[in-house]
Amino acid sequence: MLRFILQRALYALPLILVIIVVMFTLLHLIPGDPVQALVGDYPVPPAYRQAIEEKYRLNDPFFVQVWNYVTAVLQGDFGYSYQNQRPVLGLILERAPRTILLASVGFAIAIPLGMTIGVITGTTRSATTDKVWTTSALVAYAIPAFWLGQLLVMFFALRLGWFPTQGIGPLVSRAHGFDWLLERARYLALPALAFAIHEGMRFARIMRASVIDTLSQGYIITARSKGLTRSQIISRHVLRNSSLPLVTIAGYAFGSALSGAVLLETVFTWPGLGLLMVDSIRLRDNLTVVGVVIFSAFAVILMNLLVDIFYALLDPRIRTGG
Amino acid sequence: MTIPQSQQIGNVKHLVAVKNLKVHFQVTDRIVRAVDGVDFHVNPAECVGIVGESGSGKSTLVRAVSRLMPNLRVKELSGDVQFEGRDVLKMSEGDLRELRRSRGFSMIFQDPLGYLNPTHRVGRQIAEALSPHGNVQSDSQRVQSLLEEAGFQEPNNVARSFPHELSGGMRQRVMIAIALARDPKLLFADEPTTALDSTVQLQVLQTLYRLHKERNMAVVIITHDLGVVAELCDRVYVMQTGKVVETADSVDLFERPKHTYSARLVELSAHRSSFRGAQYE
Repeated sequence: MLRFILQRALYALPLILVIIVVMFTLLHLIPGDPVQALVGDYPVPPAYRQAIEEKYRLNDPFFVQVWNYVTAVLQGDFGYSYQNQRPVLGLILERAPRTILLASVGFAIAIPLGMTIGVITGTTRSATTDKVWTTSALVAYAIPAFWLGQLLVMFFALRLGWFPTQGIGPLVSRAHGFDWLLERARYLALPALAFAIHEGMRFARIMRASVIDTLSQGYIITARSKGLTRSQIISRHVLRNSSLPLVTIAGYAFGSALSGAVLLETVFTWPGLGLLMVDSIRLRDNLTVVGVVIFSAFAVILMNLLVDIFYALLDPRIRTGG
Repeated sequence: MTIPQSQQIGNVKHLVAVKNLKVHFQVTDRIVRAVDGVDFHVNPAECVGIVGESGSGKSTLVRAVSRLMPNLRVKELSGDVQFEGRDVLKMSEGDLRELRRSRGFSMIFQDPLGYLNPTHRVGRQIAEALSPHGNVQSDSQRVQSLLEEAGFQEPNNVARSFPHELSGGMRQRVMIAIALARDPKLLFADEPTTALDSTVQLQVLQTLYRLHKERNMAVVIITHDLGVVAELCDRVYVMQTGKVVETADSVDLFERPKHTYSARLVELSAHRSSFRGAQYE
């Protein structure tokens, strides 16, 4: 197993290198002037321009810039964000936990929600139950998460006033312990819910198809011939076997969610990686953009690895086959 | 169990008595008469063969009798299916579960790999057949003896294996162990050896025959292979396009086939054995 993990990690290394180089190149190809962006809507004084260009070595040949960047990244130095006046790594490490929190809570709701709806629609013998749930899930999935977020804000935050409309917490808070947690949870509730509903409906559709497929397998007939009840068959023979496709999809989805649900974070002004990415692109803060992308690539690769391991735990055929 | 005379439809001496069974499926826009008015019975401790080509309704007949129908749209399911005088087709799910958990009938299939759960160890799947809350630790003695009965030398290793780690013949023996768990009076074997190597086929059939004799268990074998019928079965039903075209003692069928279709089957089977004798294969 250790060898398997190391092997996968080795495969990932060239991938990350390519991502770094491609990102760096693309950002250079985009028209625009980082010094101008830094100054804003004023003419740039030549002396200032020269100072900035020297400080950040903007006039070095392109390949030299790429080389310097790659070697620095491999030493853990992601560069300096001249927009935020902070090292990029510190910026990412500050933002990442918020995005991870949002994604984790979202998934913690989405997975049981999707599995429940999937199992209900997949196992029901009533065509009406199936149609009602399947159609509702499809409609909910068709709503873009950011618009769903706005609807939730309009209803639960503006109309009912139960939750704050945006942000990650109050500017000044005197709450401690459990109260602090509760306060934070109120800010987290709506973005997490919007995220969970969208992803959960996708999981429901996958789960339903998978449950139906599992129910047609021979071992379900064997289970029936053993005289098991319907709920025993579902809990022992259907749930685990039909979760396999969901593990794959959910793992990849979680990996990409770690790069920040860009639109959702924008709607809720949730200061995670997605918002950082949007701001950095707008301000041409290239090093930050590349840093976030590299972090996302790491996250996706790591999640794929975890998916493979988890898959092997669920399905013994892979465990001994690999 | 006493049943008032008036309610006895079939012959109570029969373990299974089927009268005018019809199973019709709706497949896209047409109706497939898989089983179309079949009469059929099995006596206690008897071995019965059902032969016929693919699609003749053999499997559907057995599936309907054991209430393990595949996931197809059933257009019509009618007739009388009596197991020890009780109407199987009219049983509630609960009664059916009771019957399966008591000394009723069980079944083994053509493709044992597909009929075993790939994510559970073999021991657990057998323990589950012993009781719905069966657990491998407390039932390990019984799991072991079932595996031994099914012909395994090292039952402990097998119980700890996953289905994909076993050979085809071993998987079929595991299915047999599962089927024996509730000490059934009747075992349906739906082409139990079709998917196996010919050497393994013989071993599995010998095991089935031994269990049939040792346990006084009635066996219904579905097969393409008339050789199997000749070796094992007391009586045989020949099916063609959903109907039973001939029923006979298996010896009689070989010597004096009445129906032209049966005659052809017998002839073909003789032809094939002469092929084997001449070692053209």
